[in-house]
Amino acid sequence: MTLLRHTSTDIKPRKALTVNAAKTCQPVGAMYAALGIHRCLPHSHGSQGCCSYHRSALTRHYKEPVMAATSSFTEGASVFGGQANLLKSIETIFDVYAPDIIAVHTTCLSETIGDDIPQIVSKATDKGFVPEGKLVIHCNTPSYIGSHVTGFSNMVMGMVKYLSQTTENTPGTFNVIPGWVEPSDMRELKRLMSVMDLKTILFPDTSDVMDTPLNGDREFYPEGGTTLEELKATGDSSATFALGSFASKAAADALTKKCNVPAEILDLPIGLRATDRFIDAVRTTAGIEVPNSLTRERGRLVDLMSDMHQYFHGKRVALVGDPDQLIALSEFCADLDMRPVYIVSGTPGKAFETKVLERLEERIPEVKIANGSNADMYLLHQWIKQEAVDLIIGNTYCKYISRDENIPMIRHGFPILDRVGHSLFPTVGYMGGMRLCEKILEAFLSKLDRESPDEKVELVM
Amino acid sequence: MTTTPPIPNSNSSDISLLEDRRGSVHETGEAPVDMRCGLASLAGAVSQRACVFCGSRVVLYPVADAVHIVHGPIGCAAYTWDIRGSLSSGPELHRLSFSTDLRERDVIYGGENKLKAALLELIDLHKPNAAFIYSTCIVGIIGDDVEAVCRSVSAETGIPVIPVHSEGFKGSKKDGYSAACNALMRLVGNGDTTGIPHLSINILGDFNLAGEIWMIKEYYRRMGIDVIATVTGDGRVADIQRCHGASLNVVQCSGSMIHLAKAMEEKYGIPFIRVSYFGIEDMSRALYDVAEHFEDASLNAKAATLIQEEVAVVMPHLRELREKLKGKRAAVYTGGAFKAFSLVRSLRLLGMKTVIAGSQTGNKADYQELAELCEPGTVLLDDTNPLELAKYMQEKDVDLFIGGVKERPIAYKLGVAFCDHNHERKIALAGFVGLLNFAKEVDASVNSPIWNLVPRRRKTEPTI
Repeated sequence: MTLLRHTSTDIKPRKALTVNAAKTCQPVGAMYAALGIHRCLPHSHGSQGCCSYHRSALTRHYKEPVMAATSSFTEGASVFGGQANLLKSIETIFDVYAPDIIAVHTTCLSETIGDDIPQIVSKATDKGFVPEGKLVIHCNTPSYIGSHVTGFSNMVMGMVKYLSQTTENTPGTFNVIPGWVEPSDMRELKRLMSVMDLKTILFPDTSDVMDTPLNGDREFYPEGGTTLEELKATGDSSATFALGSFASKAAADALTKKCNVPAEILDLPIGLRATDRFIDAVRTTAGIEVPNSLTRERGRLVDLMSDMHQYFHGKRVALVGDPDQLIALSEFCADLDMRPVYIVSGTPGKAFETKVLERLEERIPEVKIANGSNADMYLLHQWIKQEAVDLIIGNTYCKYISRDENIPMIRHGFPILDRVGHSLFPTVGYMGGMRLCEKILEAFLSKLDRESPDEKVELVM
Repeated sequence: MTTTPPIPNSNSSDISLLEDRRGSVHETGEAPVDMRCGLASLAGAVSQRACVFCGSRVVLYPVADAVHIVHGPIGCAAYTWDIRGSLSSGPELHRLSFSTDLRERDVIYGGENKLKAALLELIDLHKPNAAFIYSTCIVGIIGDDVEAVCRSVSAETGIPVIPVHSEGFKGSKKDGYSAACNALMRLVGNGDTTGIPHLSINILGDFNLAGEIWMIKEYYRRMGIDVIATVTGDGRVADIQRCHGASLNVVQCSGSMIHLAKAMEEKYGIPFIRVSYFGIEDMSRALYDVAEHFEDASLNAKAATLIQEEVAVVMPHLRELREKLKGKRAAVYTGGAFKAFSLVRSLRLLGMKTVIAGSQTGNKADYQELAELCEPGTVLLDDTNPLELAKYMQEKDVDLFIGGVKERPIAYKLGVAFCDHNHERKIALAGFVGLLNFAKEVDASVNSPIWNLVPRRRKTEPTI
């Protein structure tokens, strides 16, 4: 018997039913983004359950405490609107938790009731609930539009709309909008920028927030996060590098519009060529030479890819997760001479398929791509049942398919509930490319070691 | 208690209590306990509580041959996809996640058509024995007539299609338990009760985490008692439909199933008793109370023999572990208060002392009982938050925290051991062997060498 024994090979078109979704809803993305602001308390304007679920989901993924407050809607709020709840919340939060900033996001409930957040916040300010020098920002995150990626994007755009300013200063800084990636990735992006000797404002930044050291004390507001000063200064930067159009383009465009900061919209720098494009965009925009150390780092990735290319050759791969990650991963898989044949994302958006196809450069004519409504893991499993793959790359929920079909998997994306490493070791940049290669090879080779007949077990690979 | 303003990021024990929270925190021995509880959480608090939907979902979820479809935007289904280790001995339908994934146009034009289409697709796909349809917040606002859709699909497919009125904002998690019980009551009474013996019970309020219900069922079987339905751990639709033929409802978990037991008492005249399966004392009581109900001396004797045998197996190991755990200080924070009682007793048996005890949903009487159970100086907390937890963990110099998913990393960051006694437990903690498992788990964490390597519960200001 298998865990997903209820999956049938026979694919019937579904119009209304989603089974085993490859996405979740907007607010959790907004909460994660808000955690990347220093001394910020995310606030969920809706029922208690939303906040509780999002905190639990993030806690399971990062194994870190996740602080966020909720408006705790009741029946009354659903009838009379959530204004009273949000006013009380703002008062309570500044009183008790003393953040520098509250980042409010909405929920399907408060959106449908039609609460006007800016109006409520200005009322809170009039009532003196917002202490001098403290801030409340917001974004709308209706759960019935887009996905968790959209919520992340909306909150980052909210940061720009509320905080970015243009002054007389020309500090020569560069903005990097990293997209929904792990704290390890954000740390790595900062390292790459500093290797190129550039002053950088990365926002949001969950490193040192969602990967804090054990120091024996509870730090309600951890050391990390983009500071308010930095967020304000994004308007004075020379340029913005927005990584991943689904998660980062909206904020970059808003910043161009508001503060006239030019933006480069790039793929997430996962894999060799996407990282090349990122580094090259930085080089040309900033007018710098790529330092030798970075070129050598790149060389080590190419070296690894050439050393082991026979083991990658022709392997069929299923990719499931968030669009920005999948666009970059599909290119990297094809560059490794693997065959990314199934690509599934619950996040809607027509641009996704076009972008993936562009990155595949007609190398994988048999590719099947699905995203948006009814593009779920059930469909992916059915595809796999019809014609198997050699590797699955996706979040923890892929483990059912992996186990049932005896296909190795690599955990990548959100959520990862059963392994560690994602918050500590990046998959972006050349270093990240090497780590991905290592993980892919480990998956293939350990299966080979485990399943080869005795006489065929090889020592040297 | 200090009255200084809170200073987040300084040592947590400097944090003062919020004025509105004072009635919900009590140190035993000060005065008679009159806990302010059972209230809606303060807006703006970082509460550990969930919603109505969450309550319904966790209770009904283990019915493994039904489909559970979440009617709403995708999140509510995504966050509750297989997060609870409720084991099934047969079908695994409950481990899949089904949603209508409501989109903007559904919110504007209504979701009834989509719900109906999704249900028909789903029932066609999996041929389940029943379907539960969970309403989420938004369904309560847009006003879908879920009842009507259920009636029509039920007529079309011939299986029970049952709405669960679990709109998130319509109360607390507890109200979600009631909504789940109401849904179950629509199943109860529809099956044939022929052949059910007098010595028969239903097990209510155990969710078969790590296979616990199999253990409990086996105990009752050894006493000669038939278990007709397990509601809802390893639950089956047909069993629930005929469970009104049993003589007694045995209800664990104070909050979740008492509503169903009361409804069954009222409608079918089936009495119920409340039990807990955690710890030797409570587990034994659960067997003796059932025996006593049937007023059968031989049952009592069988229970005594069983308990003797089981205790004899675990006691020597427990004694060894007690030596290693003696004097350690524990904090307990549970969903319902009933489990907290069992944990305080179990910890005492292991030589440990409970210095903090609290719950998300306890009532006044629960806290009075908890106060009597605990030693003077124990801090009792209702609907607490991470700041308070951290403050008292440091003040009370806690060695072990027993709680759920959101509390685990808070404990670890303070250098405090942790035991999950909630959804995420991996080993059976109920029954006699469960106490031994519990003791082993506590020992593995409390006595882990890792705590020697961390700045344990630092009392000074951070230096870096």
